[in-house]
Amino acid sequence: MRDVARRAEERADPWRLRPLPLLTLAAMLGPVAAGLWWTLAPATGLDEGRLSAGAFRAVADWPGIAEATRLSLATGLMATLGALGITTLILAGWSGTRAFAALERLLSPLLALPHAAAAFGIAFLIAPSGWIARALSPWLTGWERPPDLLIVQDPWGLALTAGLVAKEVPFLLLMSLAALPQTRAPERQRVAQALGYGRVTGFLKTTFPGLYAQIRLPVYVTLAYSMSTVDVAVILGPNTPPTLSVQIVRWMSDPDIAMRDLAAAAALWQFALVAGAIALWRLAEIATAALGRRWIATGSRGAADPALRAAGYLTGLASAAAVIAGLLGLALWSVAARWSFPEALPEALTARSWMRHGPGALDSFAVTALIAAIATLAALVLTVGSLEAETRHGLRPSRALWLLYLPLLIPQTAFLPGVQIGLLSVGLDTGLGPVIATHIVFVLPYVFLSLAGPWRAFDPRTLTVAATLGAGPDRTLWRIRLPMLIPALLTAAAVGTAVSVGQYLPTLLAGGGRVATLTTEAVALASGGDRRAIGVWSLTQTLVAFLPFALALAVPAVLFRNRRGMAHG
Amino acid sequence: MRSALLASTLLLAPLAGQAQTDPSDWEAVLQAADGQTVYWHAWGGSTTTNDFISWAGDRVAEDYGVTVEHVKLTDTADAVTRVLSEREAGQDEDGAVDLIWINGANFASMKEQDLLFGPWAEQLPSWEYVDTEGKTVQTDFTVPTEGYEAPWAMAQVVFMYDSADMEPQPSMEAIADWAAANPGRFTYPQPPDFLGTTFLKQALIGLVEDPAVLQQPVSESDYEAVTAPLWAYLEELTPNLWRQGRAYPQTGPRQLQLMNDDEIDLAISFSPNEASTAIANFQLPESVRTFVLEDGTIGNASFLAIPYNSGSKEGAMVLANFLMSPEAQLRAQDPEVLGYGTVLDTDALPEEQARAFETLPLGIATLSPSELGQVLDEPHPSWATALNEDWQERYGTN
Repeated sequence: MRDVARRAEERADPWRLRPLPLLTLAAMLGPVAAGLWWTLAPATGLDEGRLSAGAFRAVADWPGIAEATRLSLATGLMATLGALGITTLILAGWSGTRAFAALERLLSPLLALPHAAAAFGIAFLIAPSGWIARALSPWLTGWERPPDLLIVQDPWGLALTAGLVAKEVPFLLLMSLAALPQTRAPERQRVAQALGYGRVTGFLKTTFPGLYAQIRLPVYVTLAYSMSTVDVAVILGPNTPPTLSVQIVRWMSDPDIAMRDLAAAAALWQFALVAGAIALWRLAEIATAALGRRWIATGSRGAADPALRAAGYLTGLASAAAVIAGLLGLALWSVAARWSFPEALPEALTARSWMRHGPGALDSFAVTALIAAIATLAALVLTVGSLEAETRHGLRPSRALWLLYLPLLIPQTAFLPGVQIGLLSVGLDTGLGPVIATHIVFVLPYVFLSLAGPWRAFDPRTLTVAATLGAGPDRTLWRIRLPMLIPALLTAAAVGTAVSVGQYLPTLLAGGGRVATLTTEAVALASGGDRRAIGVWSLTQTLVAFLPFALALAVPAVLFRNRRGMAHG
Repeated sequence: MRSALLASTLLLAPLAGQAQTDPSDWEAVLQAADGQTVYWHAWGGSTTTNDFISWAGDRVAEDYGVTVEHVKLTDTADAVTRVLSEREAGQDEDGAVDLIWINGANFASMKEQDLLFGPWAEQLPSWEYVDTEGKTVQTDFTVPTEGYEAPWAMAQVVFMYDSADMEPQPSMEAIADWAAANPGRFTYPQPPDFLGTTFLKQALIGLVEDPAVLQQPVSESDYEAVTAPLWAYLEELTPNLWRQGRAYPQTGPRQLQLMNDDEIDLAISFSPNEASTAIANFQLPESVRTFVLEDGTIGNASFLAIPYNSGSKEGAMVLANFLMSPEAQLRAQDPEVLGYGTVLDTDALPEEQARAFETLPLGIATLSPSELGQVLDEPHPSWATALNEDWQERYGTN
């Protein structure tokens, strides 16, 4: 009886979910648009009804501008190319094998590792006085003192590029794995191999074109991120001059306010650079496609395959190993007593660093978890609502996809300063609220991306059966679809949490410095370079990001232990 | 009580920037401060300082009901920018910043732009014992403080060196000679980091013919001629720096890590006790000691200032007063804790407290007050700005 009434109500108001996709877009794009405006206005003088070129001229006159621009472009393009290349070779050479499953298990948790923590670890690993040098000194290298070599913070940005590659491979790999089922890879691979093509060549010629079309946007996101990262560039990048994004943040925090106009102008330049780099990448795609078609037509079966296969696996393994070893190094520092060069291990272990920083880290842990929980929950509700609206009203899914990626494609340094100024000028105080709202901007796209696939792949016949049994759309959603999608929902929540935990600049600027999360604290401590403190904070930060992933794996295993058929998606 | 307070706040609201409570009426300040939360914006890159701030917060919460939240800055200028943004946005009350650890150019900039509340510092009860005769606590980089900021620690430049690898050096020239003989073993934090700027100023004072010109603004002297010896000096020194000067540590404490990793043997510090504390924390080798230059080294004071739009001015004053008290000063000077120099005239203190200061042990690498030698005045803040810009063009962007 009650069900009938509810169904009647739903019929009376079929547009109930209609506004949700729009609301979702507004939640993401509103802050971006407002931020861009408030960044643009001071730089150009638009807010005072005049158009000035002074700030842009000052940026152009800054002696480091050419070098900083070159650095941002070069490290961004190289890091993206490297990450995409490694990902492709791993997929081409190994997908479907047991070795691949092992590598995937090693790589996927790294997605949850915050960028700053990964960068610290890598810095300690590769420095001339770092862990690798220590392990080999003095017995092999003969170094009693570390050599005076510029490895970390090198002027070409190689260390920065390597750090970015190591962190972006897991992202692109997981994005590819999500897209692979839609490319019918196993069938294509079987046909190619039956025709005598090698594993790698067969993949590149048959599966890769279709796969790349699916992961194009994530690749652009990687490019935009690599070009405009602040926290990783501060730790691994050069400083004479720094990358453009780091210089923007420096100008923004200069005691002389005139410098903020420079920061705004440089932020727009950064925006233009990213747009230009994406356009350049697009051209390269077209050129590669043309060359690729010619290569396919040659019919070569792939003599270099074994070498390419090995290279893919080794580089993938090396990038995972670098991040993991770096993290272990930090863990060891957090319990180290005296540890000098060239000792490979500390003299003694002590709990002092944990006693000292533990309580503070625990406080920030709570704040970080709270922000991540609310932002992720909001993102989940909006995503589920939008997807359900899409299902019920038969909306076309692909049109808005570009918009979804927009917050990830626009460099953070281009619109976050504006968000801060905007918040202040509408009289909204900074604090938890604005921080959560800004986090949603970045969490939503990732939650949407990781949930949309399983949602759309959901077998519609299950829904038809439910409908024939008399269940209304709401009942179907709550009793059938959501329970069956629990694994996908939890994974989406875990991804969302990891993204929220890793946010540095949004937390710093929208929080007005009053909101101290594990990430802002860890980056602040990084300026002091105390590896023990950094170790404690980075590990705690990693823990918050990892926990949801562990839950996402454990909960469905328990829930579905007697219902294996339920483990959908 | 509460409504009376509210009424007085309303009455005084148009006078934003004026004291809600008269700083000299200490009872009223204490009353208003009870229950307030003070957001203290202070550099958060040093573990020992963070611990001290946390201790001070616990103490004022205990005694006065004032809650202290340490906002850990990577750069003090962030707090200045914040207050400035708030004023531009018309947020003249209850701003995000209640108290700033500040000095030099940041103070000069805030004072000049009327972003500070005051005067208040010299009305505090703890001011009684502040050593206004012997220490530069009423000028900040030559700018008169006029009660707009309260001193809470004295600092002086010392050089930390690894005694296993080198001897103390008497002058800037000697340091350059040593670096030429031992390339790659010395560096300094990259300006505009304040310690890096301090290195430039220290070098300039040591090399310039008449350091008195540095007490005037840059505009009143021939900048090119005055600084020429400094750039000549750096031209010679830079190729012998760590990484040939192609990279620099970004902050002072990062030098500690480099020293501990045995990448460098010599580093500049603005705290005579930093080395001792770091040795105790396993952050430096046990063989590290400190030295000062024969002609003296730069000294200055760390101050506390309250922005005009703080909503907890009374709480901020209570915290500042506590930090200047003999109890907090004694703890700050303890080498096991911070080892910061006191701003107090310890001879004027009641006997028991004076003795407590006298019997404080010196850290293993800390020089005694007499060994620290002559304290040189900070140049006018405009010099720091000019040197930073010039350095950026010459070495920061190649």
